[in-house]
Amino acid sequence: MMTLGSLGFAAPGLLLALLALPVVWWLLRAVPPAPVVRRFPGVVLLLGLRDSETETDRTPWWLLALRLLAIAAVIVGFSGPVLNPAERSPGTGPLLILIDASWASARDWPRHQDRVTALLADAGRAGRPVAVATLSELAGGEITFRGAEYWSGRVAGLVPRPWAPPADVARALEAALGAAETETVWLSDGLDRPGRADVLAVLEARGPVRVIESPRPALALRPARFESGLIHLEALRSPPADSRTEVTITAHGPDPSGVERELARGTAAFGPGAAVAGLSLSLQPELRNRITRFQIAAERGAGTVSLTDDGLQRRKVALLAPRDGREGLELLSPLFYLRQALEPVADLIDGGIDDILLAAPDVIILADIARVTEVEADMLTEWMEGGGLLVRFAGPRLAASDVSRGELDPLMPVRLRAGGRTVGGAMSWGAPRQLEPFDETSPFHGLAVPEDVTVSAQVLAQPDPELAQRGIARLADGTPLVTRRAIGQGQVVLFHVTANAEWSTLPLSGLFVQMLERLAISTRPARPDAADLVGATWTAERVMDGFGAVAPAGTMAGVDGAALGAALEGSGPDAGPGAGLPPGVYAADDRRVALNVAGAGTTLAPATWPARIPVEGLETARETPLKGALLSLAFVALMADILAALAVSGRLMALRGAAVLALALLMHGPAPAHAQTQDQAQAQEQAPSDDRLALRATAEVVLAHVLTGDPRIDQVAEAGLRGLSRTLFERTTVEPADPIGIDLETDELAFFPFLYWPVTEGAPTPSEAAYARLNRYLRAGGMILFDTRDADMAGFGFSSPAGRRLQEIARPLDIPPLEPVPDDHVLTRTFYLIQDFPGRHTGQVWVEASAPDAERAEGMPFRNLNDGVSPVVIGGNDWAAAWAVNERGRPMMQIGRGAAGDRQREIAHRFGVNLIMHVLTGNYKSDQVHVPALLERLGQ
Amino acid sequence: MTAAPPALRHRAEGLAAPLPPLLAEAEHLAATVMLGEHGRRRAGAGDEFWQYRPAHAGDGLRLVDWRRSARSDTHFVREREWQAAQSVTFWVDDARSMAFSGARDRAPKADRARLLALALSVLLVRAGERVGLAAPDMAPRAGQVQLMRMAARLCDDGASDYGAPDATGLPAHARAVFLSDFLGDLGPVEGALTAAADRGVKGALVMVLDPVEEAFPFDGRTIFESMGGALRHETLRAGDLRGRYLQRLAERKDRLEELARLTGWRFTCHHTGDPAMGALMWLHQALDRVRA
Repeated sequence: MMTLGSLGFAAPGLLLALLALPVVWWLLRAVPPAPVVRRFPGVVLLLGLRDSETETDRTPWWLLALRLLAIAAVIVGFSGPVLNPAERSPGTGPLLILIDASWASARDWPRHQDRVTALLADAGRAGRPVAVATLSELAGGEITFRGAEYWSGRVAGLVPRPWAPPADVARALEAALGAAETETVWLSDGLDRPGRADVLAVLEARGPVRVIESPRPALALRPARFESGLIHLEALRSPPADSRTEVTITAHGPDPSGVERELARGTAAFGPGAAVAGLSLSLQPELRNRITRFQIAAERGAGTVSLTDDGLQRRKVALLAPRDGREGLELLSPLFYLRQALEPVADLIDGGIDDILLAAPDVIILADIARVTEVEADMLTEWMEGGGLLVRFAGPRLAASDVSRGELDPLMPVRLRAGGRTVGGAMSWGAPRQLEPFDETSPFHGLAVPEDVTVSAQVLAQPDPELAQRGIARLADGTPLVTRRAIGQGQVVLFHVTANAEWSTLPLSGLFVQMLERLAISTRPARPDAADLVGATWTAERVMDGFGAVAPAGTMAGVDGAALGAALEGSGPDAGPGAGLPPGVYAADDRRVALNVAGAGTTLAPATWPARIPVEGLETARETPLKGALLSLAFVALMADILAALAVSGRLMALRGAAVLALALLMHGPAPAHAQTQDQAQAQEQAPSDDRLALRATAEVVLAHVLTGDPRIDQVAEAGLRGLSRTLFERTTVEPADPIGIDLETDELAFFPFLYWPVTEGAPTPSEAAYARLNRYLRAGGMILFDTRDADMAGFGFSSPAGRRLQEIARPLDIPPLEPVPDDHVLTRTFYLIQDFPGRHTGQVWVEASAPDAERAEGMPFRNLNDGVSPVVIGGNDWAAAWAVNERGRPMMQIGRGAAGDRQREIAHRFGVNLIMHVLTGNYKSDQVHVPALLERLGQ
Repeated sequence: MTAAPPALRHRAEGLAAPLPPLLAEAEHLAATVMLGEHGRRRAGAGDEFWQYRPAHAGDGLRLVDWRRSARSDTHFVREREWQAAQSVTFWVDDARSMAFSGARDRAPKADRARLLALALSVLLVRAGERVGLAAPDMAPRAGQVQLMRMAARLCDDGASDYGAPDATGLPAHARAVFLSDFLGDLGPVEGALTAAADRGVKGALVMVLDPVEEAFPFDGRTIFESMGGALRHETLRAGDLRGRYLQRLAERKDRLEELARLTGWRFTCHHTGDPAMGALMWLHQALDRVRA
């Protein structure tokens, strides 16, 4: 090998061929480009003409230069040029390659492997016995020296471990090496840690030591802290003096559909020479609760990933207490102590049960609520089966009610005895009872029971074979204080005392908070200390590998709480993850603790080596063969030469377009825009028909009817709404477009102010999803006009077939109490003044019942029925038939006889107009009663 | 012996193949020119009414148009338009230089020249004229059959590099149309024109050129050959010659124009890149004017 500066040549002899270049130059110069032969009748006119310039019979100089460049590139290329050729330094005797292989090594792991491969190759050439050992996982056995070939096959299998070498690794190394004399190459991860000097001493006692270290800084991420609404993150670096001044930290977690993705991103800036950079993130609770890990972007290594646990999560807790009219008695409020305990550590939700359930809380606390409605009970049960935790507190109301007396209430963990009991009161025997220490099966096991927690009243559980199993906290006399029962994936927990201090001092004690925490109602505001973890066996849920990739733990043995606690402690010999305790998320019951490489107190320091130890970087020996690049250059030059030769000989004209195109294709490859446009086209194709429906329905007011599946009825309904639309168009400012038939199962209802629903005996029951849509529609202010079309023959008993069907269909709907349209209902005067509401028949019509306390204002002809459009209007008058018109605008159906029939049709239209006006303007006409009062006040 | 008839037939079919399309195309082109019947624009023997004129002394009574005269006090004579058949002879250059086409999708010059000649013939035959070719047995005749014969004859290709007109068969006082690229020696053209002028033959020269011949878009080292390969010219930078080539072409056109003016002919230059319609219209009117 010949070297020229940083350039080496594998076959320098070939370079002699460069001497031939002048000859080539002379040859090329002498040979002009070949002529084109053209048939051309105009040659007659050319005869005798002479070329004005004669030099061009030689190749132009730039074409010559191009060709010489191509030839030179080929010659140099084949002579095997190498940039930065590696210098081999042979040695003798056995060689030990020692690798830290810690989480910090992961950042440069491929280079570690390259370097080891190079060392092995050298050793193999020199015939030296080699041993490769990793400090992070020093196998118990001794280090054996073997041929380099044995090891070179195993280099690819070396992986960094997500922990650091233990502090006492020097002893293990000494034992493994025995008395062997060896030269050592130590691939260090560049971080200082206790025990390193000992290892160096052990190695130096056996022979020379060379250290190879990556010059890139090691980065680590401390666990996230959640304080005052902000997530605080700290990135560490070593060595601190580095050109890189900021790192990007990303938060990852599942999105609502469960797909892992980046949820947030921020940049932390290192000050000059600073080893720590901070970042504060403000995230919405929804987003924050979903975060599973933080990560330094574009970095590898377990240290740059920080898993999150309960410390970051805030559970959504809904609080419900019976409504009472009293104010000011805050300390007596059943929720006061719960609020105090939970406010700092959970997101609290208030409201009614149906509102609360929409917010998808993790926990619902019912304080002294005895009874919930059947619907709400069903909703709660369903929610619990999906994993919800219902916590109930007893109280005077629960004690007084007969809930869960005779048989087990679905929302109670145990049956209760009537009345409850009071101990230690003025009128009873005995002192207030204390708590028994929690037994091992209880989730509260390990919590210390303070002396001052006493219970003076409680509700009593009915003795029951399952009672012992369900009690998780007991009084000293053995009566259960807290019971729980699993329901589906969730559970219901009953505290047999009140949530305020009325019945016991429990809510006043710290134990209350700890119990809430153990029940995973609240979450820890800070990291748990070792004591919190003792007493439970923790199983790994997810663990990290050395590169920071998180994977399910599979069947790892459980970890004792004490060991986990020691690992989580900031200092001490067992701090941080180790071989038996990889970083990851550990769970016990509902609690989760994340063990990360970098703890809250972790600092990084660069390793310092004595001056006698030579330290190399990983980067230096990077050979770059230039052969490929040079041959490519020659190829490109020859391609250019083709074009240039064509240009010189005048043949490029015709080829120009094609050549430019081909060149462009050659350089850029197929354009990616093609794929994009295709995607867009596909996306447009897939645009759901919903959009078209939405556009049609929202561009103008549109009346809609529910498709029943019976073509005749659908046709009449459509014609009826068309007739009504036409009437509205003619008589009012409401100008509806053509009506739309709605398929309840597929179409979105939200666009329509009004739905006409003709009910037939054979009407299919809508699906769950359709009911959900219908209820949402009704709650959001939509109106449905149910029409049984049977003239309500059987009276409002719904005993006609269609009526029964209507009852069945409407049962799951959110329909308020009904009443026949009262005389003063706003429907009677929204546009026309009418008193009955005929269609093809004349029957009674039902609307939402007016508020019971509605009263007639003085001097007013009707009651002051404010607020709310009736969500349903129910009748059997077959209005569509009365409204129906054919294509020519003539009535489609016969109504009554003669003039009376026409009159009935007219009234039916007027009802339709009033109805749509009611839908669109609400109680506006009702509000007119205030006009005199307003005028009077304005007058003043 | 068995092979002869099919071979003959094959050749005959190959020969006849271009005929109907050429004729059809010519008919089609001619159909777009609807100028109506063209009388001689003067009174004479014919079928068409020309004018009424007051009767002179000497007009026979037979000539008086009584119906017209009855409406006024004077006598009128009904005159008919003079209609006399005129003969037009075409010379279409069939030399190999006419086979040149500058672009793949452009027909050779010869095609255009033949098309023009035949289309004009169609028009003339329709007007009752006699048409013919400047070839020994193609003297002017009238009728559709003559068109067929002309079409058949026009499809023949000559062997020489450049063509020269033959004015020997021209009837006196007839009309003639020469279609050629006139790139060959101008001497024969000049001779033919003077000979024709001597016999009172008038007509039109149509120079059919390919746009490439007009633009000379060549560059680089090139050897130019005539279509037959008889003439060669080599240049190292064809682009340099463009100016001088165009100048010579212009001189040639001027010369032809001058010749035409001297002999009472008319001259135009037609490019195969342009529609044939323009040239046909020009030819039609040029002949009309020469006739008048």
